[in-house]
Amino acid sequence: MSSNKKYWKSVEELNENSSIVETLRNNEFVEEIPTDEFLGDAASLASSNTTRRDFLKYVGFSTAAATLAACEGPVHKSIPYVVQPEEIIPGIADYYATSFSDGFDFANILVKTREGRPIKVENNKIEGAHFHANARVHASVLSLYDSLRLKTSKIAGKDASWTEANAKIKASVAEAKAKGGKVVVLTNTSASPSTDRLIAQFVAANANAKHVVYDAVSSSEALDAFQAVYGERALADYDFSKANVIVSIGADFLGDWQGGGFDAGYAQGRVPQNGKMSRHFQFEANMTLSGAAADKRVPMTVSAQKQALVQIYNVVTGSSVGAAKDEAVAKAAQQLKAAGSKGVLVCGIDDKNAQLLVLAINRALGSEAFNTGNTRQIRKGNNADVKQLIADMKAGAVHTLIMNGVNPVYSLPNGKEFAEALKKVKLSATFSMKEDETALASSVAVATPHYLESWGDVSIVKGSYAITQPTIRPLFDTVQFQDALLSWNGSTQSYYDYIRSSYAGAKTWNQLVHDGVEFTTLASGAGAGADFNTAAAVLANAKSTGMELVLYTKTGMGDGQQANNPWLQEFPDPITRASWDNYVTVSKSDAEALGLENWNVANGGLDGSLATLKVGNVTLENVPVMIQPGQAKGTVGLALGYGRKAAMKEEMQVGVNAYTLYNNFSNVQSVSLTKESGSHEFACVQLQKTLMGRGDIIKETSLEIFNTKDAAEWNIMPVVSLDHKEVAASSVDLWESFDRSIGHHFNLSIDLNACTGCGACVIACHAENNVPVVGKSEVRRSRDMHWLRIDRYYSSETTFEGDNKTKAASDGLMDSISTLRGMEDASENPQVAFQPVMCQHCNHAPCETVCPVAATSHGRQGQNQMAYNRCVGTRYCANNCPYKVRRFNWFLYNNNDEFNYHMNDDLGRMVLNPDVNARSRGVMEKCSMCIQMTQKTILDAKRDGRVIKDGEFQTACSNACTSGAMVFGDVNDKESHVAKLAEDKRAYHLLEHIGTKPNVVYHVKVRN
Amino acid sequence: MKKVGNHKSILKVITLNLAFLLSVSLSSFAQEAAAPAPATDVAAAPAAGAGDPAAGKALFNANCAACHKLDAKMTGPALRGVAERRDRAWLGKWIKNSKDLIASGDADAVKIFEEFNKTPMTAFPQLSDADVDNILAYTSQPKEEPKAVAGVAGAGAQAGDAMGISNNLVLGLLAVILTLLVGLLFMVNNTLRKISAANGVEVADRKLSLLPLWRSFAKNQFLVLVSTILLMLMSAYFAYGYFMQVGVDQNYAPIQPIHYSHKIHAGDNGIDCKYCHSAARTSKNAGIPSLNVCMNCHKNISEFQGDKDSTYVDYTKEFYTAEIQKLYDAVGWDKATQKYTGKQKPVKWVRIHNLQDFVYFNHSQHVSVAGLECQTCHGPVETFEIMKQHSPLTMGWCINCHRETNVKTEGNAYYEKIHAELSKKYGVDKLTAAQMGGLECGKCHY
Repeated sequence: MSSNKKYWKSVEELNENSSIVETLRNNEFVEEIPTDEFLGDAASLASSNTTRRDFLKYVGFSTAAATLAACEGPVHKSIPYVVQPEEIIPGIADYYATSFSDGFDFANILVKTREGRPIKVENNKIEGAHFHANARVHASVLSLYDSLRLKTSKIAGKDASWTEANAKIKASVAEAKAKGGKVVVLTNTSASPSTDRLIAQFVAANANAKHVVYDAVSSSEALDAFQAVYGERALADYDFSKANVIVSIGADFLGDWQGGGFDAGYAQGRVPQNGKMSRHFQFEANMTLSGAAADKRVPMTVSAQKQALVQIYNVVTGSSVGAAKDEAVAKAAQQLKAAGSKGVLVCGIDDKNAQLLVLAINRALGSEAFNTGNTRQIRKGNNADVKQLIADMKAGAVHTLIMNGVNPVYSLPNGKEFAEALKKVKLSATFSMKEDETALASSVAVATPHYLESWGDVSIVKGSYAITQPTIRPLFDTVQFQDALLSWNGSTQSYYDYIRSSYAGAKTWNQLVHDGVEFTTLASGAGAGADFNTAAAVLANAKSTGMELVLYTKTGMGDGQQANNPWLQEFPDPITRASWDNYVTVSKSDAEALGLENWNVANGGLDGSLATLKVGNVTLENVPVMIQPGQAKGTVGLALGYGRKAAMKEEMQVGVNAYTLYNNFSNVQSVSLTKESGSHEFACVQLQKTLMGRGDIIKETSLEIFNTKDAAEWNIMPVVSLDHKEVAASSVDLWESFDRSIGHHFNLSIDLNACTGCGACVIACHAENNVPVVGKSEVRRSRDMHWLRIDRYYSSETTFEGDNKTKAASDGLMDSISTLRGMEDASENPQVAFQPVMCQHCNHAPCETVCPVAATSHGRQGQNQMAYNRCVGTRYCANNCPYKVRRFNWFLYNNNDEFNYHMNDDLGRMVLNPDVNARSRGVMEKCSMCIQMTQKTILDAKRDGRVIKDGEFQTACSNACTSGAMVFGDVNDKESHVAKLAEDKRAYHLLEHIGTKPNVVYHVKVRN
Repeated sequence: MKKVGNHKSILKVITLNLAFLLSVSLSSFAQEAAAPAPATDVAAAPAAGAGDPAAGKALFNANCAACHKLDAKMTGPALRGVAERRDRAWLGKWIKNSKDLIASGDADAVKIFEEFNKTPMTAFPQLSDADVDNILAYTSQPKEEPKAVAGVAGAGAQAGDAMGISNNLVLGLLAVILTLLVGLLFMVNNTLRKISAANGVEVADRKLSLLPLWRSFAKNQFLVLVSTILLMLMSAYFAYGYFMQVGVDQNYAPIQPIHYSHKIHAGDNGIDCKYCHSAARTSKNAGIPSLNVCMNCHKNISEFQGDKDSTYVDYTKEFYTAEIQKLYDAVGWDKATQKYTGKQKPVKWVRIHNLQDFVYFNHSQHVSVAGLECQTCHGPVETFEIMKQHSPLTMGWCINCHRETNVKTEGNAYYEKIHAELSKKYGVDKLTAAQMGGLECGKCHY
């Protein structure tokens, strides 16, 4: 039976005389095919006489030719040294002890060199070396190979030799001396005794000269306070391992507060030992690493923090200065007082009065953690001097300005004014590694070497003396500032000779250069009195003025000196997990009030609204907005160090310059926010914010429960059903297990209590394993290549414990759905936990069973091995990996103009580790548990014919971890540290119930 | 990749031979063995102080040759005819203790001391006057004239073809004979035809039709099938063979910028491999020796002094000496002044053993830990005049060795525990590298 049904696609077709239907019928395609677009130049196409047949011939021929050519191997040349240096054996790494100092970060480090080129930064673990490398210091080795470095000196933008530039500077200084003009030496904090001496000599020789120290991110107020009490322009040092109660008011001491480097000591006290661990209160506006680690975090505006500080001051010293009272603060104050010498308070408010109270409180406590003997020398910047200098420059009173290691045109709030004022200076000379904003505005720019090419000394804390030694010959035509100073001081010595001849320590010179550092403990100073009560009263009277903008530095970028470093740009912020950006962090309620939003788009990427920030007369337009759980209401945060343009690759010119709002060198500004139209695309590596009550991923408990209850109650082993009985998941297995009792069996232990999320391991892994940088748009597509990620989780309730309860309490399908949906949002003030996740090296790895070509297989030593040359790129393994740690090379990331980062130029490729293969397009890669390092350790022992000691086995991440969170070793060596940790009652495996039996062990997080 | 062996195509050989045949008569190739030059008559030498030159030669080689040559400057001056140039008594003093002589302010002594960079000559108080006379007698012998070498054994470069000539000769002869035969046949045929034409004999022009044979073959489908299969199998076999050798460069022997003979160094002079490739003991790379290592010996060995009747017939002495000169040019050594000029030209060797980037190989593991001889993988290098890749360096080759070779565990504290446990587990006394885990992918690929 035939049907009369008429099928139609649109209503229009029912209209018989429709012109639209008629047109559509005549056209095969609804829209015109844009042939012109892809054919390009029509004229040249028309004039071309290549026929289709010819074209096919060419294609055929070139394919055949390419195939044939591929069968011929290339001829490799090997060029040995003519005269081989004794210490270099090709294939063997040399290590040099040196020190990092760039005015913002300072560290005692070891530099690994291969065939004469530095490839990795490691921690100097010798006695006396206190300052360990953070993520930026680890990444600094790549900045050495920055292709946009200043390669030679320049006079007025034109290449010039150092002799010419020096003659010009010398003449100008002489002219200033003759005419009575001012000569100003503007430097960052060098913390270098020799440099300071040389500058002092220069100033002494030129009566009209002055030395001004300028820190881009200033600690001047704290310095003023310390100077007022202890008579020394320095900062107190803190050893948090000696504190049982830690109270921090707005100080991100696990980040960059006062130079950072406190995490190792802090982490020591955070691991429960004999039932004890330190208790940490944090009162802060932005969500910081310290806030994330705290036991009790209270979001607070900075004005409220001031009141809190006075309140604590009252409790601890027994004073009675009028201030607002807060319950949480009172609790912290009482516990701090009760802890006495075992308590310590730190404060990040840029206010001299606040910093005076810190000194008063710690003195009143008699805090053991508070060290005024070995004071920190790494912040010396003087705000008043800098302001005076700018005023002088504007007035035309400065004749010659010599700058080293600073970039005021970029990093001053009134950078443009500074650039204008520079024009009134007769001669301005900048010693810089890059042709940055200031170098461009100066009349003479002198190329300086990277610290890995220079000699130097640094005294990070008083009583310590560390050497910076070159690890490679200067790559470019560069001159050290100190050599220039020596030349101006009329000396013919080189800076190396100068340091060597002026060294007067206890070690021999060779020993010093070998060790890299010398340290003597100094007794804490008594300090003078000061009118603390007045300071407290002034502080208590400080008034709040509207919305507060709290400027901070990011773990990855710091003050922005290494903004052209792709490792650091791609390094995800530990808190927001966003890379390649800075943004204004806003609390959820403020965002709602202002109509600001974050949302996810179809490909999973995070988008955000744009806002304009107005501080005084300065506006910062179209700043992306990130809604940040835990951000104090009434405050917004913005990271410094972004928005640089000069001497930066285009891909790296990201973010906005927050220094323009850094008025008066104060990290707190009164701001107004208005929403703008449009949106911003973020590149976040983690899109889920909360754990959704899955307490088995990050197991957490309180110290009380940890101390009183059985491990089975707080470290719950998941159960599975076997023969209709519930049995522990670890006891059931589908597979026959290998015998792993013979030889080495590697395990990596990660203590969630000690991990501060600092990210040093991420960069160390990058450097060791030649992990490619993929760029912002690829990260946004979740194609980041980090072998090691540090997951950050927020709690949906105020605590993770609360999450578990909420989830358990939901009943029935509908209730569960609505509960879980609610749990997707983080709490206004959530608890935060970090979890480093890399390949778990499962003994029963799901990835191994699905690989069709057996490219990934298991080693007897516990490592899940990945043979890149065997991989055909099916990605089954990544799909079957429950931990999502496998990374696929979607593109060729080296020698590819689409990925114009360090691996695209010869200079940048010098940082590659020759022991690790650079992967090609279409293969899977992942953490290898640094098999190249374990194999080397084994080989060294074999060659020496000895047994391997505990601690010799390391991975790049465990080596970089200074907080002791990551411990690596051989569990078959029953005496080893890691074997004990693997048997610890806090130990658990990630997703234990799926029975993968990982070789990475986590430790239950305990909060006090 | 360039392979020396492939350079001579057959065509080239034939052309060469024909050219030879045309240009040179056969007799000229009958090489006469170079007649040994008559031994220099010892007695005929001018007897200076009546010493014994034969004994002098032994003494010279034992005591003086480290720094002196007869005819060339080295660390010290050339000594031929020194007895004529200097006073005998002065020489005696100088040899026994040159320092005293210089200290005494003797003008000649100071001058020569200055001339040779103030390098003091070792004192030889143990030499008796007779010994000195003997040495001087040796130095006073006239220089041996270079013997005229008969025939073509002239330029060193040509000498390389010497081996080929005899082969080419035979081939050429054969070719000539064949051509003659073909010509002969043709002529015979022609003559016969002429005769038959003259005799009026009709020669049946037998047209050899191949078609029926071909057709019968085509009709036999079984035969067609079998031969097709055979053809396909054969082509598959050869294709497989071809593809499996892609990237395998066994016997790769590229031409190097300096003709370095492992045979002379490691073979004839018995220099240990690891004297030059010292990094093999400690590093993953065996290391191509830096030129300063060469200069440890070659500061004193500026010309080739091998025995002429030994195996160096392929290359002449002059050729080798020229190669040593290349080393001097590269390292910037002035032979005349015995000084470094500072002008260095690093040598761009052609790398022979190329492992892919995705393979990790460590020499020290095999050389120091396992105690393998270099020859196990590199072949009898001490017999190689031109270095080549001896082994295929394929993964199968590595794996086979790891399966068969026992690990040297004795006396190595590292292996004690694992050896005891593993040998118990496998019930064997010796463990192969494979049993130790040497076949795991991750041991070489990361």
